[in-house]
Amino acid sequence: MDTVATLDHSHADHEHKASWWRTYVFSVDHKVIGIQYAITALVFLLLGFILMMIMRWQIAYPGQPIPWIGQFLGDANAPGGIMLPEFYNQLGAMHGTIMVFLGVVPLAVGGFGNYVMPLQIGAPDMAFPRLNMASYWSYFVGGVVMLLSFFAQGGAANSGWTSYAPLSIIATSGQTWWLFGMVFLITSSLLGSVNFIVTIIQLRAPGLTFMRLPFFVWTQLVTGFLLLLAFPPLESAAVLQLMDRLAGTSFFMPSGLVVSGEALDVSGGGNPLLWQHLFWFLAHPEVYVLILPALGITAEIIANNTRKPLWGYRVMVYSLIFLGFMSFIVWAHHMFLTGMGTAISAFFQTTTMIISIPSVVILSALFISLYGGSIRFTTPMLFALAFMPMFGIGGLTGLPLAFSLPDLHLHDTYYVIGHFHYVVAPGTIFALFGGIYYWFPKATGRKMNDLLGRIHFWGTFVCMNGIFLPMLIQGLAGMNRRMYDGAAQYQHTQGVLVWNETIFHFAVAMAVFQLFFIVNFFWSMKKGAKVTSDNPWKATTLEWATPTPPPHGNFVTPPEVHRGPYEYSVPGAVQDFTPQNERR
Amino acid sequence: MSGTSADEIRKHVKVYVMVFVALMVLTVATVGVSYLELTIPLAILVALVVATIKGSLVARYFMHLVGEKKAVTWSLVLTAVFFCVLMFIPLFAMLDHTGQ
Amino acid sequence: MEIPYTVEDREDTGLNNVKLGIWLFLASEVMLFGGLFSSYVLLRVGAETWPVGASILSVPIATFNTVVLIASSVTMVMAWASLKMNDFGKFKLYLGSTVGLAVLFLCVKAYEYADKFSHDLYPAESTFLAIYFTVTGLHALHIVGGIVVNGYFVGPGSKMWKTAPEQFTNRIEAAGLYWHFVDLVWIFLFPVLYLL
Repeated sequence: MDTVATLDHSHADHEHKASWWRTYVFSVDHKVIGIQYAITALVFLLLGFILMMIMRWQIAYPGQPIPWIGQFLGDANAPGGIMLPEFYNQLGAMHGTIMVFLGVVPLAVGGFGNYVMPLQIGAPDMAFPRLNMASYWSYFVGGVVMLLSFFAQGGAANSGWTSYAPLSIIATSGQTWWLFGMVFLITSSLLGSVNFIVTIIQLRAPGLTFMRLPFFVWTQLVTGFLLLLAFPPLESAAVLQLMDRLAGTSFFMPSGLVVSGEALDVSGGGNPLLWQHLFWFLAHPEVYVLILPALGITAEIIANNTRKPLWGYRVMVYSLIFLGFMSFIVWAHHMFLTGMGTAISAFFQTTTMIISIPSVVILSALFISLYGGSIRFTTPMLFALAFMPMFGIGGLTGLPLAFSLPDLHLHDTYYVIGHFHYVVAPGTIFALFGGIYYWFPKATGRKMNDLLGRIHFWGTFVCMNGIFLPMLIQGLAGMNRRMYDGAAQYQHTQGVLVWNETIFHFAVAMAVFQLFFIVNFFWSMKKGAKVTSDNPWKATTLEWATPTPPPHGNFVTPPEVHRGPYEYSVPGAVQDFTPQNERR
Repeated sequence: MSGTSADEIRKHVKVYVMVFVALMVLTVATVGVSYLELTIPLAILVALVVATIKGSLVARYFMHLVGEKKAVTWSLVLTAVFFCVLMFIPLFAMLDHTGQ
Repeated sequence: MEIPYTVEDREDTGLNNVKLGIWLFLASEVMLFGGLFSSYVLLRVGAETWPVGASILSVPIATFNTVVLIASSVTMVMAWASLKMNDFGKFKLYLGSTVGLAVLFLCVKAYEYADKFSHDLYPAESTFLAIYFTVTGLHALHIVGGIVVNGYFVGPGSKMWKTAPEQFTNRIEAAGLYWHFVDLVWIFLFPVLYLL
């Protein structure tokens, strides 16, 4: 059902036209803020990608001058264009930090969550619009701080994105920048999560009960609780680490630590594992923050492009809630090699195995949803379809890591890197790409080009597997992660070193295929085929019941919901879809 | 709480004063007990019990937690569970450490 | 454009947005101080020796401060109650007292810190002092935040009482919830740091 695409003129009469700054930079409109988050996050994703390219080149050709950009990196990082190990460590720590905290989560939650969620629940905006704006700018400042850290004395943080003590305590000043950057990012996250939870609970349109919510909204609700309750311990840990670095305390500094032959002049008595516990208490739920919005986006695209309701909606929702809860009690599976006893290891192995169950349930439900469907292979659907087996590989490769025994062999190897990249890269990022192709017409009134989209999809899909599958092989052979020379100096890795060059070549190819996306994204904004309807995908959820693009306040008349979110192909209905707000 | 009348508030004021007195008494008690030189485990138990009672008075009467709505109470129950996890699990991990 | 349920309660949840929002924020604060309490537990259990709080810190001074903070919690809830009983004058008196007591708390804290520093007792000295300064310091920062917010509501922010009294009362209730939480944290901090 198309809405009349006119703005509410009486509303516009009351307000004089806001300045360009208020409309596009310091806006409190969730759609503008969502786009701000999305564009900023995409830039950071590109930046993180570039850092990875430099690293992978070094791993493929250790000790050789980096072509083209080597001369610009400076003598402190790459004298004569040859990368120093210290610089490699900066690239590694910042690639992880940028991708997780500045790229994927801000896009998945800040971008998609902000833009789509209020529309899907029939709300005029978020519950706290000004707080929303503050969240974005806090994220922005945190991002700037992280980027500026590359220019600090000694360069950016170089103790891994995990910042383990005591190395991170004695590291160069970039680590302090990292900690301050994290404080801004965590603040942004906390303000945002309060906003999201209140909005979903309080601003649902009349008739929109919890069990009628689009699955995407459920994922944002659970994600909100994960961020709300898991981030603060990391914030307190960051404060403690700042105290250790700046005030000379020994929260994480053990007694008797000797560095370069000299005993450190600290009080000692601290515990490096305290940092690990506090860090992973956040960082494990964080990985669910990375995947849940992606599951939500995939669910929306699948229901729409199979012309069928999702299979097992209720089971999916309960699994989601159970998953969110369990995510708080599995964290020390990242710490199996820290000397934990058998009892506590057994506890974490057990909870980790249990948490795989709701994961499998949700993925299975998505697969089963395809059965009997009338599948439309639109560009978003290609990404959603590929997401499923790729996330499956990511999840399955996690199983050996969940047991402390195989983890003895696999911990800190390339197997781990292969595992989590499968989940985040051809997993989450594919879902995010799908979401962009899917919701682009609503936000801009134009479709992205299909041919460019398909080239982007197939090229990226092949390259993702070309990059990360060999890593699983290398890891099984015992190749360690975080080695600046790609483990060239170890005898046990000699047989798998050949893959380093393969991975680099696929990375270059993947970079080329992203150009198709970048060009498509910007070109289509101005020159893409205009949509002829407010609901070009013929979808059922409320975001398609607004004008295109939605005006300030979103809905011309406040919507009322009369049915569930996926009433596709209802027997006896006139069309093969019935929007949620269509009257009975 | 846009539903409470002025009269109900007046009754609440009496309660606030009584709670204040109770909190003062408990503060004096907890300080007094600390001079008794109990064993460490017992001292910790008593201190935490008294603090919990005081905290419950603040939560129940000043923060009006009793009869608070479901969304709030369940969020707080969830928080309490994770707070306990954060308090005890790292401790167990440390106590169940291999080696010395 | 008005956001629904900013002031009036939504029927099925029984809440307005501000109340739900502040409680969620407080939930995150429980986890923030939880991280620090957990650190205290781990560090103390793992330590070979740990000083009795009273041997380094002053129990009488902290007891006085505890009384001050609890009193400020009472004046805070009385400020809100005064608004519910339509007594704007009393509201200003009570909220002003809350701010005053909070400032007194900080002054006493500053005196405590200065006293420690003058005896060369810095955070770097021992893990006990490290956790003492860090957790009371973070708590003090929260008091500063409360002073700023409450000070605003006593001062320029109180104009809203004339234009939107119900919304203003809700805001005071939210500020009160935050303030009681700050008091609650101290109710646990005081015995843990000073008496054990």
